[in-house]
Amino acid sequence: MADIRNDFVGIKSPNPFWLASAPPTDKAYNVERAFKAGWGGVVWKTLGEEGPPVVNVNGPRYGAIWGADRRLLGFNNIELITDRDLYVNLREMKQVKMNWPDRALVASIMVPCAEESWKAILPLVEETGADGIELNFGCPHGMSERGMGAAVGQVPEYIEMVVRWCKQYTRMPVITKLTPNITDIRKPARAARAGGTDAVSLINTINSITSVDLDNFSPEPSIDGRGSHGGYCGPAVKPIAMNMVAEIARDPETRGLPISGIGGITTWRDAAEFMALGAGNVQVCTAAMTYGFKIVQEMIAGLENWMDEKGHRSLDDIVGRATPNVTDWQYLNLNYVAKAHIDQDACIKCGRCHIACEDTSHQAITSMVDGVRHFEVMEEECVGCNLCVNVCPVEGCITMEPLAAGALDKRTGQPVSPAYANWTTHPNNPATKVAAE
Amino acid sequence: MEGQFKDGIAGGRLAPAQYAENFSDLHPPLDHHEALVEADRCYFCYDAPCMQACPTSIDIPMFIRQIATGNPLGSAKTIFDQNILGGMCARVCPTETLCEEACVREAAEGKPVQIGRLQRYATDAAMGAAKQFYARAEPTGRKVAVVGAGPAGLAAAHRLARHGHDVTIFEARPKAGGLNEYGIAAYKSTDDFAQAEIDYVTAIGGIRTENGKALGRDFHLSELTALHDAVFLGMGLAGVNALRADGEEAEGVENAVDFIATLRQARDLTALPVGRRVVVIGGGMTAIDAAVQSKLLGAEEVTVCYRRGQEHMNASEFEQELAASNGVVLRHWLRPRRVIAEDGRAVAIELEYTALKDGRLAGTGETLTLQADQIFKAIGQSFSSSALNGSGPTITLEGGRIKVDAEGRTSLPGVWAGGDCIFGGDDLTVSAVAQGRDAAESINRALA
Repeated sequence: MADIRNDFVGIKSPNPFWLASAPPTDKAYNVERAFKAGWGGVVWKTLGEEGPPVVNVNGPRYGAIWGADRRLLGFNNIELITDRDLYVNLREMKQVKMNWPDRALVASIMVPCAEESWKAILPLVEETGADGIELNFGCPHGMSERGMGAAVGQVPEYIEMVVRWCKQYTRMPVITKLTPNITDIRKPARAARAGGTDAVSLINTINSITSVDLDNFSPEPSIDGRGSHGGYCGPAVKPIAMNMVAEIARDPETRGLPISGIGGITTWRDAAEFMALGAGNVQVCTAAMTYGFKIVQEMIAGLENWMDEKGHRSLDDIVGRATPNVTDWQYLNLNYVAKAHIDQDACIKCGRCHIACEDTSHQAITSMVDGVRHFEVMEEECVGCNLCVNVCPVEGCITMEPLAAGALDKRTGQPVSPAYANWTTHPNNPATKVAAE
Repeated sequence: MEGQFKDGIAGGRLAPAQYAENFSDLHPPLDHHEALVEADRCYFCYDAPCMQACPTSIDIPMFIRQIATGNPLGSAKTIFDQNILGGMCARVCPTETLCEEACVREAAEGKPVQIGRLQRYATDAAMGAAKQFYARAEPTGRKVAVVGAGPAGLAAAHRLARHGHDVTIFEARPKAGGLNEYGIAAYKSTDDFAQAEIDYVTAIGGIRTENGKALGRDFHLSELTALHDAVFLGMGLAGVNALRADGEEAEGVENAVDFIATLRQARDLTALPVGRRVVVIGGGMTAIDAAVQSKLLGAEEVTVCYRRGQEHMNASEFEQELAASNGVVLRHWLRPRRVIAEDGRAVAIELEYTALKDGRLAGTGETLTLQADQIFKAIGQSFSSSALNGSGPTITLEGGRIKVDAEGRTSLPGVWAGGDCIFGGDDLTVSAVAQGRDAAESINRALA
């Protein structure tokens, strides 16, 4: 039986599934329910400075986009950090940690970018018995207008400075939460490491407008006819988040830096993918906000089942396994040739592969053969682009089949070379690194 | 005995409230949520099989996509562009043998997209809003006569009116609509939908309807051709095939189509008489419609007897299941031999078992007698050409029906035909609409 216990920068939890700092972790009531459902840990909703708490809008604070059958694909919010009194939160955190000593409880913190502010709050948090802190440098709306959240996360120098203060004023492990609203995620990660952070977590939400009300032309979520960009999350952001995780995992300057993966994780499979790319554990929010806390049970069972099937004994066996396979385009093997193949028994003859290929790609799929509706790949035209696989509604019906070395590529008329060859050595590359002769 | 168990042919077999329930919508309309959920299931196929299977070639993936994107009126226009009677077709089409049979999700999961109900959702939206999508072209001054206000005639009239021609429809019955009004089970066309649809279709203008005017009785074809620039014949089938069984003139032996027409026109179903034991002879949609409605009117026993096997029945599997689930007994390989009467009234029917011998249907000699106080003939209708005759040149027939070319032209210049009265039809409302529409286009080209 696979062991999915998690040790993330010394913070132990029975599984790698944490709830991210967000509405589901705003108070003891919710967190108690989450732990009862089986979540391994929570990052408590971000705490602010002592004093009057922030206020939220009193209208819609969430927006969304949907797929077929109104499945929620993307979600955004304009909610701020906790709008409850700091001491109420601290008291509840302490009680919850006492009730659930085996679960991870991490405090998310966002205070002004001043040493005194951080120095003041850290001992208060430490007193709760929290297992660690997460620095919220990611919140993209509202707080960033006040010089906090993403406003800090977008300036590597600030990140390094604040992380250094935190490492100075607390013994608790420091997790630095990064904003994706930058051009190169490696820069803030490097800064966090330079400041001495124990880990990074990412991604926070992405600047977004989910929709526009076409009756009154207000962005959504709409507050009295006007809207502001919100933070985007949910399944739609998973690819963006995974790329950023991989970028940090494979960057020589941050290699080995523990990563808590966040962004659209909905199933055990999503979690396993993040971990394979280098995340030591994962944090979840939107899936819980969509379906409730029970989903963690599917995640736990699914991860264990997969690990058992594949013979992975512990999380160490899977974390970072895909990282070495993430490379730059220029190193991809140009001698690798794959062709689409349509399983005629599975094909339901919707024809989407044909029209996608015919209208927008390489005219490599038939629609009619001998007067009969029939969809088949013409290998002499197929460049192996995978579009047909992606538009086919039947999973597994269209597959990409690699050609063996020596096999004839009907498109080029050449046999497939067994050698690995990439762009850096390609004769068409003006900057080719190897002399053509 | 009273009610269901009263012998003979009688009304009031059920509690009054039961009638409304029994004759309510067979496929109730989808509400907004249901329509969106169902529309999401459509894959927007390329050269969609459903569209190919539709006799009127409605762009089904497009109209469903328009529902899904919150444009039900645009969806309705997509439907009406091809089929102005899309509302009725949504209700009466045997979708299970047309678009929905071809749906790729039928192949994938055995659960096709409910195209018919989505079509109803869209067309109901437009008709409910009285939204008209078509305006007449500049009047051409050309006059076209349409014989028969059924699906073929109405489709032809609408298309002709769009092109600016002046159309007069001559309808033999007191009301327009043809089989939409007088045929078809009541639970498929509730709330007087046929008349509502006629109002919607004729609202384009330029269409005058003269009800109670029958070809061959009130006017002749030669008069029509003399007074109009073109004539479209869409008069359907007036004749009913005989049982060819001894004693079929007995009281209680009736045409299924007449029973259905009476039922459709009845203001008070509670008073409508039906037998305690009903036998329906036939294997098509009319047989099923008559059988199911007999049952719904309170008949105790209803048996459909068909001379061939289940696999040969014209009624779709869905229709057969509908009959079975309503308590109708479907029997096969039986043909009528003799109606047994007492005092001139049918009391039973003697049937002979049949079998295929060397590919030909033959009686086995073995018989079965079923008690029956009402016997419906539903073994097909025939075209009565008498209305066409004696008024000048004769129209060429084929297989007993009017012969037309691919555009709907008959052998007489200036005369087109479509619907059930032409040879090669499939007795479907939707096919009649396609033929009427296409003949109208042909007429328009000829008048240009």
